[in-house]
Amino acid sequence: MAETAIELVGINKSFGAVHANRDIHLEIPRGTIHGIVGENGAGKSTLMSILYGFYQADSGEIRVDGKPVTIATPNDAIATGIGMVHQHFMLVQNFTVVENVILGAEGEALLNSSIANARSELARLEREYGLEVAPDAIVEELPVGLQQRVEILKALYRGAEILILDEPTGVLTPAEADHLFRILSQLKAEGKTIVLITHKLREIMAITDNVSVMRQGQMVATRKTADTSVEELAELMVGRHVLLRVEKGEKERGEVKLSVKNLTVKDSRGVTMVSDVSFDVRAGEIVGIAGVAGNGQSELLETIAGIRKAQSGTVHLDGAPIDVTGAADPAELRARGLAHVPEDRHHVGLVLSFEEYENSILGYHDDPAYLKGPFLDIEAIRADARAKIASYDIRPANERLKTANFSGGNQQKIVLAREIEKDPGVLIVGQPTRGVDVGAIEFIHKRLIAMRDAGKAVLLISVELDEIRALSDRILVIFDGRIVGERDAGATEGELGLLMAGVENQEAAE
Amino acid sequence: MSTPYAKLPAWADYGLIPFFNLVVAFVVAGLVVLLVGENPFRAAAIMVEGAFGSGRNIAYTLFYSTSFIFTGLAVAVAFHGGLFNIGGEGQAYIGGLGVALVCLSFDSILPWWLTFPLAVLGAAGIGAAWAFIPAYLQARRGSHIVITTIMFNFIAASLMVYLLVGALKPLSSMAPQTRTFAPGGQLPKLNWLIELFGGTVRSSPFNLSFLLALFCAFLVWLLIWRTRLGYEIRTQGFSAKAARYAGIGETRIVLVTMMVSGALAGMMALNPVMGDQGRLQLDFVAGAGFVGIAVALMGRSHPAGIVPAAILFGMLYQGGAELAFEMPNISRDMIVIIQGLVILFAGALENMFRPSIQTLFASLGAQSSGVSASSSERA
Repeated sequence: MAETAIELVGINKSFGAVHANRDIHLEIPRGTIHGIVGENGAGKSTLMSILYGFYQADSGEIRVDGKPVTIATPNDAIATGIGMVHQHFMLVQNFTVVENVILGAEGEALLNSSIANARSELARLEREYGLEVAPDAIVEELPVGLQQRVEILKALYRGAEILILDEPTGVLTPAEADHLFRILSQLKAEGKTIVLITHKLREIMAITDNVSVMRQGQMVATRKTADTSVEELAELMVGRHVLLRVEKGEKERGEVKLSVKNLTVKDSRGVTMVSDVSFDVRAGEIVGIAGVAGNGQSELLETIAGIRKAQSGTVHLDGAPIDVTGAADPAELRARGLAHVPEDRHHVGLVLSFEEYENSILGYHDDPAYLKGPFLDIEAIRADARAKIASYDIRPANERLKTANFSGGNQQKIVLAREIEKDPGVLIVGQPTRGVDVGAIEFIHKRLIAMRDAGKAVLLISVELDEIRALSDRILVIFDGRIVGERDAGATEGELGLLMAGVENQEAAE
Repeated sequence: MSTPYAKLPAWADYGLIPFFNLVVAFVVAGLVVLLVGENPFRAAAIMVEGAFGSGRNIAYTLFYSTSFIFTGLAVAVAFHGGLFNIGGEGQAYIGGLGVALVCLSFDSILPWWLTFPLAVLGAAGIGAAWAFIPAYLQARRGSHIVITTIMFNFIAASLMVYLLVGALKPLSSMAPQTRTFAPGGQLPKLNWLIELFGGTVRSSPFNLSFLLALFCAFLVWLLIWRTRLGYEIRTQGFSAKAARYAGIGETRIVLVTMMVSGALAGMMALNPVMGDQGRLQLDFVAGAGFVGIAVALMGRSHPAGIVPAAILFGMLYQGGAELAFEMPNISRDMIVIIQGLVILFAGALENMFRPSIQTLFASLGAQSSGVSASSSERA
């Protein structure tokens, strides 16, 4: 049996009244891939932050290779052989790969020798683990999958024996994710220990040796992956039985509610993000737009919502045009029955420093129901917020709590409650379940399907292929700003994956 | 990534941290006093005595505070909209023009209680107009408001000098100031208010505009936390993207916020011009616009914090003047150093002790109840 690489003994960590980690015990054997799953707010990130030296545990002990260690800063963690690949990359965008790799380990004042070292080291790592990256490429010009590889190289270059990956596949295509898993397997074969934090249970099943489940700050179970199932893990995470796939009945389609024709959008640098896109969304259907993040779906969504200006093309809402190339006003579109759940709830959909009830009217603050002349009708707004909290089961049920203190899933419910309760004819939704726990995903999916069943038109944008396939009546695939294919709900993952990777001609690929 | 520290209870956030910063500022100031060979404890005693020792001293302290309340509120309103208005000095200076024009026109026709509302409109209107230009340049042309408002301070100063040596100066006079206003252009003193509490004030510049300042503090609270416009201003200030998403016009909010801010700064002129001197003089603002920045920072941009912060700075001004008089080694410039230290610790280094205090609270927090809930993990 392999010896233990990391052992956590009785780790406790509180933030004020919140007990984020409660008496955590965990053993990770050397040379294994260990998955850690849990809902948002379960304490996974806190635990990993303790391990990587961002926080100090209130009590408890960390042992690496059987020896107790003190990890006060990330530098201590690196010295102990622990490396971390963050969900959001910590790379200097306009540096080359090799410059990024030596960042923080530059050595002397003159960089020549350390760069030379790094080059030979990179060549060795490339040989051993199949981690090919051109050392002189500028990071921002690399695709996301390769940028992630640079992060892994950074950790290995510093001699990491234990690698923590936080939600590593969130930004990858299915093919890139597969490649990542091959690399991880290779690393494991070389004796490295890997800790994988993810909410994608399928990945856990595919690649890990052992899996630990966290719930409400506690480590509720550790299983051998071979002895467990997706269903069991989901139940352990949520603490009750969950439907992983929401039931969806047949629904007759109605008239065209939203019609997009030849839409072209450029970003502030003049790069074409959306190119000649046309599609319709009818009443009573969910149209899903699948694609790898960064292929123009965000810009498409923002343009339809009136936040971003289009260069050319038209968008019609209920047959009447939206002035997408001119002064489209989100407030006016809301009044016309177009609700928008934005991709980025932290910066766009919510003001995190507001109290919950203040966010429950964001965008609808012109509604006379919330106003008394120029004044806000605070009592009416709070009552309305309390009603939404009750019907959407938003927790904690306190409309005076700062929005930042809600978990991701509950924040998303605040946005959804606000947008859906106004009974819009068209709902456009971006990444509805990003960073949202399993229990809330089920709830959100049910709500979206209820919207469709109520005869609303729903446009769904998501980088989660599972989500697109579970919800959509029709699936459009976007690649490099263009719609490269349309499939019905029965399309296979492989088929969509190829389209998402830009392989338009299916026959040629097969 | 998780929130690093527990949220502090309000009393610590608004009370303990400013108090701590002040203590440190005074300790360092005490060392400076020691350095020039005076006893810091005696200096402190003189200062407090000078600020609050008699009815007259209190009246002077509150007179200075009045100006700082106005300029502090001006900076705070802009802060809420995510704007840093450094132009309070210029807006207040030019606001004096509004006061003077009204007073010069109506002081011998109308009683003060009719001139006063007109002068308020004049001060606020011209202050707002002066703030409108940088606001417009920011909203439409992307010129940064910090730069433009600083530059507009200089333009205001030059313009006022030009007017005070020219058009506004009585023909026979050699001083760069307007004629003295008739009683219809002067505000009643509030000395009786202090005498009500048992102090004695023979004469002081403490006047009615203090009550206007308190009323404005209430109005600012109402605006920011209770109106739709205030909601829009705060949304814009916290997250421009969220404001865009909510259909809140950025241009409109920037313009309106800056005009409210400029109006408040402009009203500061009422205190010295109509309340004290009874005429418009050169440099009557005397740095109150800049002190407003420190006041707003220290008062957390909340009227309930701004009023006490303004009184603190009023105390430093009045007590400092007494100190310079009593202690020959301590010059007027030393007082500026002490004030500077307070601004440094309470304003610029406001966050210096916050992490350690937060860590302290976090470690105590496990036992305490309260609503110091903080999400342990955020998506």
